[in-house]
Amino acid sequence: MNAAQAAVLSTPTEKKRPTPDYSEVSRAVRPAPSRYRNEIGKFSIHRASTCIRCRRCVEICPYGVHSSPDGDGLIVRPQDYRCIGFDCSNTEHYCIEACPQGALSLLRNPAFDTLGDCRWTGDLLAATWAMAETGRIPPSHLESEIGNSGGGFDRLYFRYPDHPPADIRREDISTEILLNKRKDTRPKIKIDVPWYGGGMSFGSTNIRALLGRSRSATAWNTFTSTGEGGYHERLIPYSDHIITQVATGLFGVREDTIQRAPIVELKYAQGAKPGLGGHLLGDKNTPEVARMREAVVGTSLFSPFPFHSVYSIEDHKKHLDWISHVNPRALLSAKVSTPADIDMVAVGVYCAGAHIVHIDGSYGGTGAAPNIAKKNIAMPIEYAINQVHRFLLGEGVRDEINVIASGGIRTPADMAKAIALGADGVVIGTAELVALGCVRCGCCESGRGCARGICTTDTELLEMVTIDWCTQRLVNMYNAWREMLIDILYRLGLDSVTALRGRTDLLGHLDYEE
Amino acid sequence: MPAKYHIHTEPAPPRFRPVGKLGIVDWREDCAGCHNCVKKSCVYGFYRKEADILHDEPGYLDYIYQCKGCLTCVQNCTKGILTRVVNPEYMQLGDSYYTPDIILTTWFQAETGKIPVSGSGYGGPFSGPGFDSMWTDMSEIVRPTRDGIHGREYISTSVDIGRTLPYLSFQDGQPTASPPTLIEIPFPVIFDVVPEPWQKGAICYSVIRAASEIGLMAIVPGDEIPAESGHIIPLYRNAEDAPTSADNSAAMVMLADSPNVVSVQKSLKEKNPDQIVAVRAPATPKSHKRAVELTREGVEVIQFDFDPHGMEHESSDPRHLRDVMREIHGALVREGIRDEVTLIASGGIALAEHAAKAIICGANLVAVDIPLMVALECRLCGECERGEICPVDLARIEPEYAVRRIVNLMGAWYNQMLEMLGAMGIREVRRLRGETGRSMFFEDLERDNFGRLFGKRKDRIGA
Repeated sequence: MNAAQAAVLSTPTEKKRPTPDYSEVSRAVRPAPSRYRNEIGKFSIHRASTCIRCRRCVEICPYGVHSSPDGDGLIVRPQDYRCIGFDCSNTEHYCIEACPQGALSLLRNPAFDTLGDCRWTGDLLAATWAMAETGRIPPSHLESEIGNSGGGFDRLYFRYPDHPPADIRREDISTEILLNKRKDTRPKIKIDVPWYGGGMSFGSTNIRALLGRSRSATAWNTFTSTGEGGYHERLIPYSDHIITQVATGLFGVREDTIQRAPIVELKYAQGAKPGLGGHLLGDKNTPEVARMREAVVGTSLFSPFPFHSVYSIEDHKKHLDWISHVNPRALLSAKVSTPADIDMVAVGVYCAGAHIVHIDGSYGGTGAAPNIAKKNIAMPIEYAINQVHRFLLGEGVRDEINVIASGGIRTPADMAKAIALGADGVVIGTAELVALGCVRCGCCESGRGCARGICTTDTELLEMVTIDWCTQRLVNMYNAWREMLIDILYRLGLDSVTALRGRTDLLGHLDYEE
Repeated sequence: MPAKYHIHTEPAPPRFRPVGKLGIVDWREDCAGCHNCVKKSCVYGFYRKEADILHDEPGYLDYIYQCKGCLTCVQNCTKGILTRVVNPEYMQLGDSYYTPDIILTTWFQAETGKIPVSGSGYGGPFSGPGFDSMWTDMSEIVRPTRDGIHGREYISTSVDIGRTLPYLSFQDGQPTASPPTLIEIPFPVIFDVVPEPWQKGAICYSVIRAASEIGLMAIVPGDEIPAESGHIIPLYRNAEDAPTSADNSAAMVMLADSPNVVSVQKSLKEKNPDQIVAVRAPATPKSHKRAVELTREGVEVIQFDFDPHGMEHESSDPRHLRDVMREIHGALVREGIRDEVTLIASGGIALAEHAAKAIICGANLVAVDIPLMVALECRLCGECERGEICPVDLARIEPEYAVRRIVNLMGAWYNQMLEMLGAMGIREVRRLRGETGRSMFFEDLERDNFGRLFGKRKDRIGA
């Protein structure tokens, strides 16, 4: 039995699910099962009434599909999302054949086949849910690396050597990155994993989810971003790991929120709606949101595009200088989208004094945006990364600035490919929401907001999640991501994630001749 | 601030319940009959009405497929007997070009007049054929204007139809030639001839009325000119049929291309110099040459007609409008005569983004047909062509309602056009014509990025 199976088996079942102690912000992996009674998996197992409770299935299934938690002979309904499906028929623990009564039947779950889309397939969703529950690498019956978009990351692959160098041990592989590469006096901040959380505003997202993200970032010594909804006071305990975003609406941007942050992010544009402003619907502008944003309750809040104080590259420099003077210890990040000349934008960001250029590709984003913008405006991140990396190398400044990529980073494999293309690290958003139970129904803006209780300010819907549950799901997912990243680095024979940066020689593309 | 072009929209709910995508069904027996069934706590209040609907509505299946698909009830059902399914009728909608998604989004726009918005990023394929293999550019700082919330309040979407002078010349301080007549329309879209299967009931009349209401124009067959002809463009399939009398009051007429089309065009212009005479030609591999010939002969407007999927005619290996229009535009630019002619692209314009992309590829404006029919709730099922009963009874559609649906669709397209222009930092759509510098093509991005790393692609890429 491997570690993943052990973790699954140790998961409490639905009948008596103890409440774990999540009071500490720790990166320890603990089971965090779905908050729904029926987690969706690839397969469905049905136990007919002819079952005689012989417990044969409980004894042989190594995946925890069948269980009898109370020891009274009663077998609870199969946790069939853990089932590996018909491949199990080649093993000795195939419950369908082992059942003496023939009471068990196995089918492909019809709901699973309606899950997902080209980019986030049902497999990727279920794999992310598995990571969030167990904290481990997802089971092999789920494709956990690529989607089905037919291009970009989904067609790139790693050229693994036949045998990794014998002198590399998984436990010695470093996944930390340095966020300040400039030769200045600002802090040399390192994060333990090469990713941090993208901006999600209070107003668009449940405060409990935001707190979960903050606590998870704290546990993993990385960051998360406020988004442009202001800096909620409940996030202050985690301020060493929270980026203050200064966006065009300047909602909640004050001297104290700038001074509180180790990193300040100037958001020029975002991949979900490149070149367009933001819009918080009036229904989501509750009294608390309005207070945070210093606005009138119930009014629609527009974020203009772009900064109305930035007319030129000189103004951009002045903008960074402003933050730089208000907070002399902050690292500066500029978040931009991916126009055709993103390389020149990146150099401009460097010349203005930023420590991080954060390029946000067009296919990502978490919040509601016009479909026409998401699909058509600006280039996918896969193209932008190497374009920026090469240009900065040519300018001789590549080692003085971090390139952070986002907008379509779904899996650890995507992250590793982005780094191999030339990024230092990545920012994730949708993957975190999926870990919290998002099914990508896309109805974030409908009615009272997210029906899954994640992206909403509705007082009833936000009760659907707890802070501790959100925290643990994300802590678990981070752990799984790190394990998978280390596995990729190990197989490539690299001892650190920084050694992977720009190693395009390790990549191949399925649509190109060898 | 001058009065701004605005398309007034108001809700026009569907007459027939639209074909939905997702529904929740019981897929197993063993319902526990819970008093507080999870379906009753649907966030959208959808299933609370289910029992009433069962009694009152004949199309129960049509109702259940209006589900938003959040899966909450499926995952909370005590017995796990609920599952989500994709409506098989949804999967049958349209064809490979007019996909079910395109049809649903068109219905939404025709009903609400709003831009389709959704959360959690883009879920479609990385790229695809035709228009799906290009992206529009954006600008981080430069905007059309600094005024207003998004800088879009001053963006102009007006285009001119007709010939412009290549330059102005003066003698004794006076211009030596008066500029030719131009028709200015506020949005770079005109309505094409209603395709034959839809020429029934009030549809043609409604299309013309809708064009008139929002200041656009509609092309109609030359033998079916209605009394109120202010916004119509009569089309003559045989150039000789065009009335040559100067009392033809239409501001613009269109002649199908033929060997003698130029002589007929000249004759019409002689009789009525202020009337714009357009030529409509099928898009073929030779269109770029034909465009140069016709322009040199003085033709003011050329409409190139592609098939319903945006592909050229008369080719064993047809190309998409995206490539053909670029070739035509490029040929005219090389000859130095591009500004002397207005190019209209038609066929395969299914979405607002297609209009913007066709203009980037070189058209001045586009003509649409099938999306207008979809706006009227058409399912593109083809039943009418097989002599079967139309499931949405298009023959009996009320003109007022039909006009509202078409106007709503154009209102949504207009706002989407503004979004794209604003993101590109372009202040007027006239400047977008042929502006490929504001776009990115799949094959270029592949070559410049992955081509450097991985060499040669296995397949032919692009359209």
